[in-house]
Amino acid sequence: MLFRLNTLWSWLIIAGFLPLVWLILNTAFDNLGGNPIQALHIRLGDWSLRFLYLTLAITPLQKVTQWRGMADYRQMLGLYAFFYATLHLLVYVVVDHGLMWRVIGIDIVESSYIWFGILAYSIIFGLALTSSKWAKKRMGKNWKKFHRFIYIAAIAAIIHYFWQLKGNLAEPLFYSLIIFLLLGFRVLVWLKNRKFSQLMIPGSQKVLLAAEKKAVVSSKSNKLNVK
Amino acid sequence: MNIKTKQAILASEITDPLIFKERRKIIKAMMATLVASTGIASSLADTDNSIWSGLPKGEFSNDSLMPTPAEIVKNYTNYYEFTFNKKDATKLAQSLPTDPWSVEISGEVETPGNYYLEDILRQQTLQEYIYRFRCVEAWSMVVPWIGFSLGSLLKKAKPLSTANFVKFTSVYRPEVMPNQLNKKMLDWPYVEGLRMDEAMHPLTILAVGMYGDTMPKQNGAPLRLVVPWKYGFKNIKAIVKIELLKRPPTTTWNKFAPKEYGFYANINPAVAHPRWSQSSERQLGSGLFTPRRETEIFNGYGEQVASLYRNMDLRHFF
Repeated sequence: MLFRLNTLWSWLIIAGFLPLVWLILNTAFDNLGGNPIQALHIRLGDWSLRFLYLTLAITPLQKVTQWRGMADYRQMLGLYAFFYATLHLLVYVVVDHGLMWRVIGIDIVESSYIWFGILAYSIIFGLALTSSKWAKKRMGKNWKKFHRFIYIAAIAAIIHYFWQLKGNLAEPLFYSLIIFLLLGFRVLVWLKNRKFSQLMIPGSQKVLLAAEKKAVVSSKSNKLNVK
Repeated sequence: MNIKTKQAILASEITDPLIFKERRKIIKAMMATLVASTGIASSLADTDNSIWSGLPKGEFSNDSLMPTPAEIVKNYTNYYEFTFNKKDATKLAQSLPTDPWSVEISGEVETPGNYYLEDILRQQTLQEYIYRFRCVEAWSMVVPWIGFSLGSLLKKAKPLSTANFVKFTSVYRPEVMPNQLNKKMLDWPYVEGLRMDEAMHPLTILAVGMYGDTMPKQNGAPLRLVVPWKYGFKNIKAIVKIELLKRPPTTTWNKFAPKEYGFYANINPAVAHPRWSQSSERQLGSGLFTPRRETEIFNGYGEQVASLYRNMDLRHFF
């Protein structure tokens, strides 16, 4: 029934699995180069990051296109980011280290780039757990606050990427530029809203308040001038 | 610091060469039957007709080590003069002209000079050295190098008593090396260095080939350094100049990030890179479900080289 109701939805679900299918085929046919495990790490990490960015792109898209009802897509994209991040982590623990916990322990303690990966994953894990409509209802106002942690996850993921490279920074710089744009958009919106909220006080109080504001502003600017 | 020496290779790690050879035969036979009908059998030609088969083995060559498949070693190289991508280096490096090739030997020596590589080779005994190779990026391989002792070459130039360090310089050919042309990342040409006793150590070789054949260009043809107890970046490729110096040379990676890449760069699981651990390594060609190998101090060559660093704080001199 879902398929009939919304074909875009079902196409997106299938599309989200394509990178995994592609990766499995590449692994099966030994197409991952001389260091296949590192290739798995990089590809899974890349896809997690890409889905995280798509998740973050929904809100700006909604604002620009005025197209409502994209929150469901945002949830799905976010869950895909979580899915690929989980595979990324599993490859590290199971395939790369064969569950040798002592070696994993030393590796984590000594590798600062992994700390940022753990931070990013912990956040995404929490967001995935609370991504359902039920959780959204139950958490009320806190839900939005909690899900703002995605910004920290995105930044931590980029540092995780940067920090393990020997020097070639072209690719992470590209990702950093995107995150800068995505987060920059929100800062702009926030600044704009702040200005609007000052003007959007209804009724007779408006004039009074505006006058007060002016006074405050002018007194502030006076202070600044004094300084 | 107390340097523990270990046995070169753990007994449990040694594959019985007989079993290994048998296995290869079986795999080859299977491959041959598989591809016989498709007409690409010639590409699987045996390496028995390689130019340097059956060379004598170097003193510390370890026959019980299973060499990494040659195709992996040939397609997974850091050659930053060409590209920062390991795979593309193979193709790009083919544009480097390596014949004729001459090497300058100068500095604190009695008889400095510029020598053609073939004249150098005429005076040296080529041997095969099966060594471990460990990159600072925490991956490793086993390579059957073909080369000769660096010490024996240096002795020919008669080092003066003032020679304390050896400086190696790579080729500078910006017309074929894009990152040299665009002055990207590192200071070109690439420079590496060794202390005199490290250079004279019998483990240290100059390699001109691998897997019974001449050195592929992406692996450092025609002449590269191999110091198996040091991280890969010390093993400088395409050497054109060897200078003996009183003072330590400034080396490329050390200059680029002095807190991350030291002059010594001895392989040591106890001394982490500032951003990642060096305690274990991914052995290339080991298969998806083989876990990482725990890195050994001096890459397992502690018995031979630990004495060079007696009374040195290896955390400080990393």
